[in-house]
Amino acid sequence: MQRVAEPDATHAMRSRSELIAFVLMVVALVVAPMVAYPVFLMKALCFALFACAFNLLIGYVGLLSFGHALFFGWASYVSAHAAKVWGLPPELAILAGAAAAAGLGLIVGALAIRRQGIYFAMITLALAQMMFFFAVQAPFTHGEDGIQAVPRGKLLGLIDLADQTNMYVTVLVIFLGCFLLIYRIINSPFGEVLKAIRENEPRAISLGYKTERYKLVAFVLSATFAGVAGAFFVVTMENYLTTIGQWVFVVQGAIFVVCVLLFRRGIIGELARLLGIRL
Amino acid sequence: MLEMFGVNPQALFGQLLIGLINGSFYALLSLGLAVIFGMLNIINFTHGAQYMLGAFCAYFLLQYAGLGYWWAIIIAPLLVGVTGIVVERLFLQWLYKLDHLYGLLLTFGLALIYEGTFRNFFGSSGLPYSVPPELQGGRNLGFMFLPNYRAWVVVLSLAVCLSTWFVIERTKLGAYLRAATENPTMVRAFGINVPRMITLTYGFGVALAALAGVMAAPIYNVSPQMGSNLIIVVFAVVVIGGMGSIMGAIVTGFGLGIIEGLTKVFFPEASNTVIFIVMAIVLLIRPAGLFGRST
Repeated sequence: MQRVAEPDATHAMRSRSELIAFVLMVVALVVAPMVAYPVFLMKALCFALFACAFNLLIGYVGLLSFGHALFFGWASYVSAHAAKVWGLPPELAILAGAAAAAGLGLIVGALAIRRQGIYFAMITLALAQMMFFFAVQAPFTHGEDGIQAVPRGKLLGLIDLADQTNMYVTVLVIFLGCFLLIYRIINSPFGEVLKAIRENEPRAISLGYKTERYKLVAFVLSATFAGVAGAFFVVTMENYLTTIGQWVFVVQGAIFVVCVLLFRRGIIGELARLLGIRL
Repeated sequence: MLEMFGVNPQALFGQLLIGLINGSFYALLSLGLAVIFGMLNIINFTHGAQYMLGAFCAYFLLQYAGLGYWWAIIIAPLLVGVTGIVVERLFLQWLYKLDHLYGLLLTFGLALIYEGTFRNFFGSSGLPYSVPPELQGGRNLGFMFLPNYRAWVVVLSLAVCLSTWFVIERTKLGAYLRAATENPTMVRAFGINVPRMITLTYGFGVALAALAGVMAAPIYNVSPQMGSNLIIVVFAVVVIGGMGSIMGAIVTGFGLGIIEGLTKVFFPEASNTVIFIVMAIVLLIRPAGLFGRST
């Protein structure tokens, strides 16, 4: 599993621009709570982590999971239940949520990677729908009402998370930790194999890689990160129930259509292309 | 004999009928998905929304033009089919050479737009649409009561499914379609306008969804989310059947409807999830689907 050698100069340049981008992001996130509402920022961080987890799958393995909200949602339920009913401290509740997401990821992933492409998307969507029905019927989720008033508790018994600043710093640290971990994963030899699978799976198989196993591990990792995002989401928001305005769907749909037709590299990618930057 | 198992035959046949009705819609919708996928290589995520459009079209025709069910069942599929053709010309035709995922994302976005717009104007509670007077009432078959309208839905759906199968598998037009699926360049070399054929195929698939919508309007209410609830089940049906064959889509559609109906009798708690469980089992045993060819 030798890493493909890049010419030293371009490699150094790329890692330098990545480092600058990372530092800028950290500075922005540290300054942000002074100008914006911290709870909103924490929510955004959770979704950003969710997006990173999702990107690990679609961007680096080429697997489009349409049911990823399943892991987010179930991790939320499990952490909320653990924190509220079992009275676990927040760190254990969040671990429980992430573990639940990893377990579900193992089951869903093992089923879904048996098919490729659009079938993969449809299977993940169908299994997510199934777990949704299960969640609505199961007693511990309280159906349509959701789990309300989840306590934030004290992190490691020391840090009071009811304090907005403490909570924000915790979420930020976890977000950055997960971000760096994902970065490390995609730049490891394991990540290189994932990219090889994305580019040409039959060829990766012919080179002797057990691609199914790699795909499954990537799926479980992605599910776990999605679960961490969901667990933090429920702990910061203190409940798991959101009502969304109707037009949100229309706007969301329009964004999808525009992105597919105009910004096929993603909005940032298209902008970078216009400006002549190589990301 | 049935009483031995503690099952009321009235309930059993009642649920079997509901299963057949649901199966009719699964079959019609998965048939449309299979036809569209065969020609366009796109999974039409908008299918559920187009089914909903069909039902709303019937409702509008009744409310604003005074045209009843029999007009609606002809006009609504045509109108919605035309919207499908517009969508194909405006958006989808640019995506054929790209990965499947782009088509999936685009049609998903369109589905959100349709559903969100209708939800904004009509709310989430359903609007009623009555059974046409000719088909009201029902007949007693001795072992169960059969409402006329439901019998009509099953018969019509079977007829539409089988004639679609006949056209695609047994006629010259169908031969062109199948040839264009295999090798579009070669078929074009024979002087056949393949892009127009693709456009019309999409229009036809969308019209099938709209027809299912009109048929569903008197049974379920006309509501903006009627499609999104159904389409995921239909996706599971498509995964189980495999999209390789038209007949496969029809048989799996009806079969799963009946399985769902039976589950409601014997183990009601699982009735929502049984199709997904069947899907998981099929994936474990025959990953390519019951009628699919492995890809």
